[in-house]
Amino acid sequence: MDNHYSIYICGVGGQGIIKTSTIIGEAAMNQGLEVVMSEIHGMSQRGGSVSTELKIGGYNSSIIPNKGADMLLSFEPIETIRGLDKVNSDTKIVYNTHPIIPSSTNKPYPSVDSITKTLKENFKHVLPIDGTQLAIDAGSVLALNMVLLGAVTADDKFPLTKESVIEAMKNNLKPKFHEMNLKAIESGYKSIKG
Amino acid sequence: MNLKELVTGVSGEKQFLLGNEAAVRGVIEAGVSIAATYPGTPSSEIGNVLSVLAKDANIYFEFSTNEKVAMEVAATAAASGLRSFTFMKHVGMNVAADSFMTTAYSGVNGGMVILSADDPSLFSSQNEQDTRNYARLANVPILEPSNCQEVKDMVKYAFDLSEQFKLPVIVRTTTRVSHMRGVVEFGDVKDNSSNNDNHWKRGHFNKDPSKYVPVPAFAGDMHIRLWDKIHNIEELTNKSDFNKEIEFTSDKKYGLIASSSAYNYAHDVVKFNELDVNILKLGFSYPFPQEKVAEFLKDLDEVFIVEEVDPIIEKETLTCIGANKLNVTVHGKLDGTFPLWHEFNSDIVADGLNKVLNFKYDESFNFTQSLDKLSEDIPSRAPVLCAGCPHRAMYYGINLAIEELGLKPEDVVFASDIGCYTLGINPPYNAADYLLSMGSSVGDGCGFSVSTDQKVASFIGDSTFFHSGVSPLINAVHNKHNFVLTVLDNRITAMTGGQPNPGIPVDGMGDDAPEVSIRKLALACGCDYVRVINPFNLEQVIKTYKEAFERQDTAVIISKAPCTLIKGLTKKPPVSFIEGNCNNCDKCVNELACPAISKINGKITIDKSQCDGCNVCIQVCKYGALEAGR
Repeated sequence: MDNHYSIYICGVGGQGIIKTSTIIGEAAMNQGLEVVMSEIHGMSQRGGSVSTELKIGGYNSSIIPNKGADMLLSFEPIETIRGLDKVNSDTKIVYNTHPIIPSSTNKPYPSVDSITKTLKENFKHVLPIDGTQLAIDAGSVLALNMVLLGAVTADDKFPLTKESVIEAMKNNLKPKFHEMNLKAIESGYKSIKG
Repeated sequence: MNLKELVTGVSGEKQFLLGNEAAVRGVIEAGVSIAATYPGTPSSEIGNVLSVLAKDANIYFEFSTNEKVAMEVAATAAASGLRSFTFMKHVGMNVAADSFMTTAYSGVNGGMVILSADDPSLFSSQNEQDTRNYARLANVPILEPSNCQEVKDMVKYAFDLSEQFKLPVIVRTTTRVSHMRGVVEFGDVKDNSSNNDNHWKRGHFNKDPSKYVPVPAFAGDMHIRLWDKIHNIEELTNKSDFNKEIEFTSDKKYGLIASSSAYNYAHDVVKFNELDVNILKLGFSYPFPQEKVAEFLKDLDEVFIVEEVDPIIEKETLTCIGANKLNVTVHGKLDGTFPLWHEFNSDIVADGLNKVLNFKYDESFNFTQSLDKLSEDIPSRAPVLCAGCPHRAMYYGINLAIEELGLKPEDVVFASDIGCYTLGINPPYNAADYLLSMGSSVGDGCGFSVSTDQKVASFIGDSTFFHSGVSPLINAVHNKHNFVLTVLDNRITAMTGGQPNPGIPVDGMGDDAPEVSIRKLALACGCDYVRVINPFNLEQVIKTYKEAFERQDTAVIISKAPCTLIKGLTKKPPVSFIEGNCNNCDKCVNELACPAISKINGKITIDKSQCDGCNVCIQVCKYGALEAGR
């Protein structure tokens, strides 16, 4: 099962989730790997939950089976919880700790510390990062997806090189943002690798 | 990737494409000249991409007012010898069906391909109908791609097939195929250079009423010719490389037949669980390849049929088993092995196969109680009307008008329609009580007004009104129906991602175009009460609704304000909160329910990044705690 790697990416509409996944997919293609990805458009973009699934290796299906993800990459704390069906005891759970409070809901938003504590009680690899702050430090809150992209490349089992991901980023995003994006990718990478 | 690569890309080049982008490349490789659509998810991106690339690709492209018109534009182009393409979501086929059925009889001259995108699990649709039924209803061939490469290849092949047999051909995708991304290797592009001053090629229509006018004297023969074609094409489906066996074992006990996205799940389950099951993948599935399927079945004891939505291949397989007197047990939807509804995935397919093959061991994986509780307690994040959405202002206003008229909520039936405004179904608006299809709000208004003593408020968007709201409005006037029709004119086809419609002075290729006036249309239909209002002026909204509800005819209110998602609009400054004036009545949070306003730690908070400055909340607040931004 070398080079098989499945990432479930989730968050809220407008956070750059589809773009992030496309960059990883294109990088995989450029490295000569088989890759498929699934995304959902339409209703889900009106401030709803958004997720993409990306599978590298000899898969035909672009949907990750339950407990089948190698990484859960979440752009928002409670969206992490919604993605747990895809997680097993070896899955790396990387998530941004900055909440986006849903409107018109009657349930209170749980504290992020309690989310982290509960996740750590249940899973081996729980990796919270303050991606929103790192993005602001890199130049813009909009670079959050680049911070998380950098975090993905830091996983030892991730089959793509950081260089090929950076190359695909440059091919997909405007040159005027490249410097900021590189900074964001680097800080995301370091937040996992230390 | 730069979208232009879909035009300039050369044979052998590889790109990571969305299924819908792959369809566009297939259209370009096939040398199409005319393309028309009405946008509908999951097929919408095909139109968005074509509208950008049409001129570079020598293609005339239009957003037609509805799918039937799009079908007619494509059919006449093909009758005139050009290659034509129309595409829509599955329910669009219902709208187009009347003309579609006859194109099978009259046939085509240039190749004509219809892409219909099914939506198993209803991600953004009102039903799960299966386009494969239309192939059988009209008797036209159908191709079912499973991945992005096949979308491109099958669209291209469908044009050759259509031209060879002079029949339209359907390509059926599902949401998971249209919205899959994968590696696509490009092929050669067929020349479609223009032969005139326009950027697209012109054909010529050679008159032949016996072929193109289905009066009874001619249509009978057309039906016989159609069956001839289908019998000839069946020889092709039996030989086609799109229908192929994937061998995983030499053991012949179990087999599996699958198509479309369902094939992907079946493939992965068999491969990664190393099951002794061979798969017959059907990509060219109607006319049904009887011989090939019989050949696959003949040594088997049991066969699984893995397909999404209706048990179509399953019934064809049962017919094949009967006709060939085979002794094979069929496991599919009909015997309960797989569900009859919703999309599949690897887990569902594995569960089904496991009922017979017993290969799966359920690994127990128990979460702590605290995680179970956390999972139950997290707030939902359903799609909502955006901050600054003009629809919210209208829904808020009509509910106040109803209250001021002394009516109870049950006294007014809200007939809704297809668009973002269907989100009005949610509290606190509760503004969607009945819905059938595109344009149905107007016909439903007619029906409720004669069937009940309740007031009726119908809501329809601008694009949907042009699509199929006009002829029922004529019906309403002529038959003296009494209801209030609101046209929510937000200057765009919003739900599907912002395509133009006839109310906007731009066409599908970005050129200037005449703007069709909804107000003048309503007046021309004979409505005596037609008012164009600013939805953000709450007083005007309430006053107009009160007037309209008092009338005994079909009253039309046009709410005219652009969708906040339209690019390039100047954003107004966000609202400010003056804490000292707040009376904690929470009307702004609970009754207006704008996503930019929330109550955090007992205090009203305006999310300035979301607030669009529509200022409706200022009119809602009686205490002056909300103030226009400067």
